[in-house]
Amino acid sequence: MAANATDTRPEARDLDGEAPSGSESLTFAKALNAALADEMAADASVVVFGEDVGPLGGVFRITDGLTARFGTGRCFDTPLAESGIMGMAVGMAMNGLRPVVEMQFDAFAYPAFEQVVSHVAKMSNRTRGKVKLPMVIRIPYAGGIGGVEHHCDSSEAYYAHTPGLTVVAPATVADAYSLLRAAIRLNDPVVFLEPKKLYWSKETVDLAALRQAADEAVRTGREVPGGIGTAAVARTGTDATLVAYGPSVSTALAAAAAAEAEGRSLEVIDLRSIVPYDDATVDESVRRTGRAVVIAEAPGFASVAAEIVARIQERCFHSLAAPVLRVTGFDVPYPAPKLEHWYLPGVDRILDAVDELQWDEPAAENEGTGSMEAGSLETRSSPRSGSSEARR
Amino acid sequence: MTISTGRTRQVDVPAESGSGPVHALLPSDVPVQLIDLDGKEHHDPRYPLPGSGMLQDAYARLVAGRRINDQANALVRQGRLAVYPSSHGQEACQVAAAAVLQAQDWLFPTYRDSVAVMSRGVDPLQVLTLLRGDWHSGYDPYEYRVAPQATPLATQLLHAVGVAHAAKLKGEDTVVLALCGDGATSEGDFHEALNFAAVFHVPVVFFIQNNEYAISVPLKNQSVAPSLAHKAVGYGMPGERVDGNDVAALLSVLGAAVERAREGGGPSLVEAHTYRMQAHTNADDATRYRSAEEVQGWVSRDPVVRARTYLRAAGLLDDEREEALAAEAEALAAAMREGLNTDVDPDPMALFKHVYTRATPQLDEQAELLRGEIGRSGPSGDAPENGEPECSDSEPGREPGGDPGGDPESGEPGGSPAANSHPETPGTSSAQR
Repeated sequence: MAANATDTRPEARDLDGEAPSGSESLTFAKALNAALADEMAADASVVVFGEDVGPLGGVFRITDGLTARFGTGRCFDTPLAESGIMGMAVGMAMNGLRPVVEMQFDAFAYPAFEQVVSHVAKMSNRTRGKVKLPMVIRIPYAGGIGGVEHHCDSSEAYYAHTPGLTVVAPATVADAYSLLRAAIRLNDPVVFLEPKKLYWSKETVDLAALRQAADEAVRTGREVPGGIGTAAVARTGTDATLVAYGPSVSTALAAAAAAEAEGRSLEVIDLRSIVPYDDATVDESVRRTGRAVVIAEAPGFASVAAEIVARIQERCFHSLAAPVLRVTGFDVPYPAPKLEHWYLPGVDRILDAVDELQWDEPAAENEGTGSMEAGSLETRSSPRSGSSEARR
Repeated sequence: MTISTGRTRQVDVPAESGSGPVHALLPSDVPVQLIDLDGKEHHDPRYPLPGSGMLQDAYARLVAGRRINDQANALVRQGRLAVYPSSHGQEACQVAAAAVLQAQDWLFPTYRDSVAVMSRGVDPLQVLTLLRGDWHSGYDPYEYRVAPQATPLATQLLHAVGVAHAAKLKGEDTVVLALCGDGATSEGDFHEALNFAAVFHVPVVFFIQNNEYAISVPLKNQSVAPSLAHKAVGYGMPGERVDGNDVAALLSVLGAAVERAREGGGPSLVEAHTYRMQAHTNADDATRYRSAEEVQGWVSRDPVVRARTYLRAAGLLDDEREEALAAEAEALAAAMREGLNTDVDPDPMALFKHVYTRATPQLDEQAELLRGEIGRSGPSGDAPENGEPECSDSEPGREPGGDPGGDPESGEPGGSPAANSHPETPGTSSAQR
């Protein structure tokens, strides 16, 4: 499993362990739990249901205590049927509630796929916006936890490919809280992907401040600040841009830290939001660094990573010093636990890809101008050999 | 009385279950019938004959429904509708489904239930929008409390459960009637919907129109259950079978189920035995899978004729009233023809409307691309001259480009039905009511 690099964001590093007043150490799971509880307290129309989310508190305890606090009308267990959960949520959203459903594990959501694709994603469009579905589909997703088969899929491409769905994946404790509250407040359906391997990661966050900001937004009817549609710069750098989301952000940050030791400055973008996708933040970074590697756990073929690479090549071509590469899982079913560390894109695979970015050619200097002279491929098409060995 | 409306397999109920809880959930051994094939009243101690006013009103809707089915089929042949799944022969089910509901109740229809939707008050032209080709659904579901017509099978049954569950949680006096066909009972969502409804004890009536065929596949290849109504027992809810071509029996049985749900009795399942007299759609050749003799056998069970025979004999229908109803139906058909003979020219920029409350930057880019293509297509092109990005909703009375649902800044939680309804939208089909 990749190194879990928490506290690597500039602001977190600046704190240097000294938590300001109001800050507390919080797990990713607790942040999600707090977001659910706070939304349920703020809005009586928010209801939570799924398999084992009641007295058990969910298999990952994300819904811990909600039934006890809000009653069985607000947080309840359903029969074991994912399509049923999803379809019932459609009807409940039609009738004025804000359902937040849990799919328990990524691959368990597939029986509900028809409901997601045929109805959740399309209801607004087919009814000319008359029927909105303000619902959140929470999916504990991706691997790195040694789970058996059907417990570790990265299914984001299926959802991202479906128009009408908003798809987000937090990578930090603060984003877990704020992004979930923003997702519940959105009037469109949101697929909320929770990287399982991050559930137990801890960060020091000022939950009180995050809570106050979200509460204030709810009270005044504004959009909850949380990152839907906006990427975050998780680490600044000048030589190349690593684009990641969800479970891959911590791996990318670990790779950037390792690269720094080798004298290479890598910027890390945490997308947070896959749909809508924040071209602006990614483009700005890549035009500045001239090089990019996209990192994701999912199989790379026809993937979100492939889409990001294509977008960067289309939009930033004349600023690029090298082809944009992607570092992903292999195009195989998610492997058994003893093989998953070979499958998951780790620090070494990322650094190897960074080494392939034609470092003997200068990066584009004239970013933002889109100038043709800065981007002629012929001037920098001298592939370097032995770059990987040089690093090792 | 002996009837053989479709599948009437006799069921052996174990003696020991005599008056036990299982027996209480079991449907009748034969479908409930209140007006027989000869148009005479058939007394049933459990189900009273509906009042004469209700039967007269139902007959008016039957006549209109038959005319709508025939007119829509003709419009398909003229190329004015892309397709029309006719409910010819099933009109009694369609009419009864709408008639047993109150204003605050919900109807969840399928693609074949256009007449039921119209009977609920939706303008025929808005109903036919789905089949005409300019938008997927033509009416405001909140205005009529009619969900969009569903094409995937059985998926809407779960939505019905969700609406009912929310209504229960909110303390609303709402019953939901969800329609499906015999084929849909094989789908997983059918099972999940019935199970969820029973477990959560919500006010839903599941209404199966068993018309003997799922496109070409006969019921015997769909299910070997004693009847489809018997499936209810497995979920712990009562099931009932009813003659689907007897509008009186349908009104009484469905009415009892709706009343039971309204009073907190929970969900139930009603199976109507009926027959699709025409092909699945115009794209289907029904002669490949069923005989002319079989189809002919159902002519004598026609729901419109049977209701008429009863009403005439009871002195509840005379020549004058019949002429008036025929004229009303003809006017309805003429309005359909006129409405559909007008070419619709949807605004291509509407493609980008209502995908999200707020378009993504990527959608905005694509909208720009299309706007450029529209600009190049010239005045004689397919695109309208209006290149505005707004969706030009064609319903009268709507604000152009209005997106009343798109109010992310309002802070309104979830949009209650009241908040989502648009009373300014013009009313229902006066011809139909």
